Amino acid sequence: NSELFTLTYGALVTQLCKDYENDEDVNKQLDKMGYNIGVRLIEDFLARSNVGRCHDFRETADVIAKIAFKMYLGITPSITNWSPGGDEFSLILENNPLVDFVELPDNHSSLIYSNLLCGVLRGALEMVQMDVDVKFVQDTLKGDSVTEIRMKFIRRIEDNLPAGEE
Amino acid sequence: MAIFSVYVVNKAGGLIYQLDHYAPRADTEKTFSFPLDLVLRPHDERVVVAFGQRDGIRVGHAVLAINGAEVNGRFTADGKDVLEFLGNPANYPVSIRFGRHRLSSNEKLMLASMFHSLFAIGSQLSPEVGSSGIEMLETDTFKLHCFQTLTGIKFVVLADPRQAGIDSLLRKIYEIYSDFALKNPFYSLEMPIRCELFDQNLKLALEAAEKAGPFGPGS
Repeated sequence: NSELFTLTYGALVTQLCKDYENDEDVNKQLDKMGYNIGVRLIEDFLARSNVGRCHDFRETADVIAKIAFKMYLGITPSITNWSPGGDEFSLILENNPLVDFVELPDNHSSLIYSNLLCGVLRGALEMVQMDVDVKFVQDTLKGDSVTEIRMKFIRRIEDNLPAGEE
Repeated sequence: MAIFSVYVVNKAGGLIYQLDHYAPRADTEKTFSFPLDLVLRPHDERVVVAFGQRDGIRVGHAVLAINGAEVNGRFTADGKDVLEFLGNPANYPVSIRFGRHRLSSNEKLMLASMFHSLFAIGSQLSPEVGSSGIEMLETDTFKLHCFQTLTGIKFVVLADPRQAGIDSLLRKIYEIYSDFALKNPFYSLEMPIRCELFDQNLKLALEAAEKAGPFGPGS
């Protein structure tokens, strides 16, 4: 039942806004919380979906959009705007279950409401040895037509590689 | 009981979970009179039988208890050295319990980190690029199966050599870990797993795998 999920997420964000007065801090907290979710979620994802290791960023993008988002949020974002070097892409979400029924008030104009998702993606990919930067570039809550998440591959994390993955 | 134990090793090689699932091997308790016809000698922190196998007491068995009180390594429960105690005729007749020494938790920790290193060596020795680490280790009494996840956690199962279906058991254990350990917000990653639900569900999974027998799970 996604209503409870939307309500829970909303309660979380509003409580953070009360606790932290300024939007930047709330964004940071959401990212941190997302990160903690991501490092655990990745194991659940790998255990259930049985996907193997991705060998390039394009594969990673496909797996994230077509399998992971579908499994956890029930949506399949589209992948666009590949950078020439193949290290950046955008996920376009037509609809975002976290923001059903939500309107951002004027005094929270710099709040990134769904920032939890950025943390989740960052945390999950870090556990499979990929260092990425994830941010929202378009948000329907701010008046844009779609929600766009930009993902940039920074580097492969070489320390602590599981044996056999060098 | 065809599945003997399960070990879970974290990314750094530390043991975070261990379960022994076999019935304890029969210990033998006998009353002896002086002189003892078994030859005992100290070995590591225990006193073991070196010679004189008889009646179920085999070479290598350790002294587990004297007169009903468990020994503490090389010393009896009240602090006397076992070999001295048994060398003194005044202490006879004495009842001694022998049995196969079970690994202590420290020993298991050491063995797990050693296995972690050997696992890495396994992949480095490979003539092919990108080989996995050790997936199976076989001896005449058991087979060790290991599954490493993409995040570096290893699940190790020791089972009877004839037991089939261990691959799917390892995947099932991964699912149980991601459910009952990771979804428990009070469990910190890479730390020892102390979650009741994880224990219970793991035992259920082991029993299901054993029931399926040497032919593997039915479905």
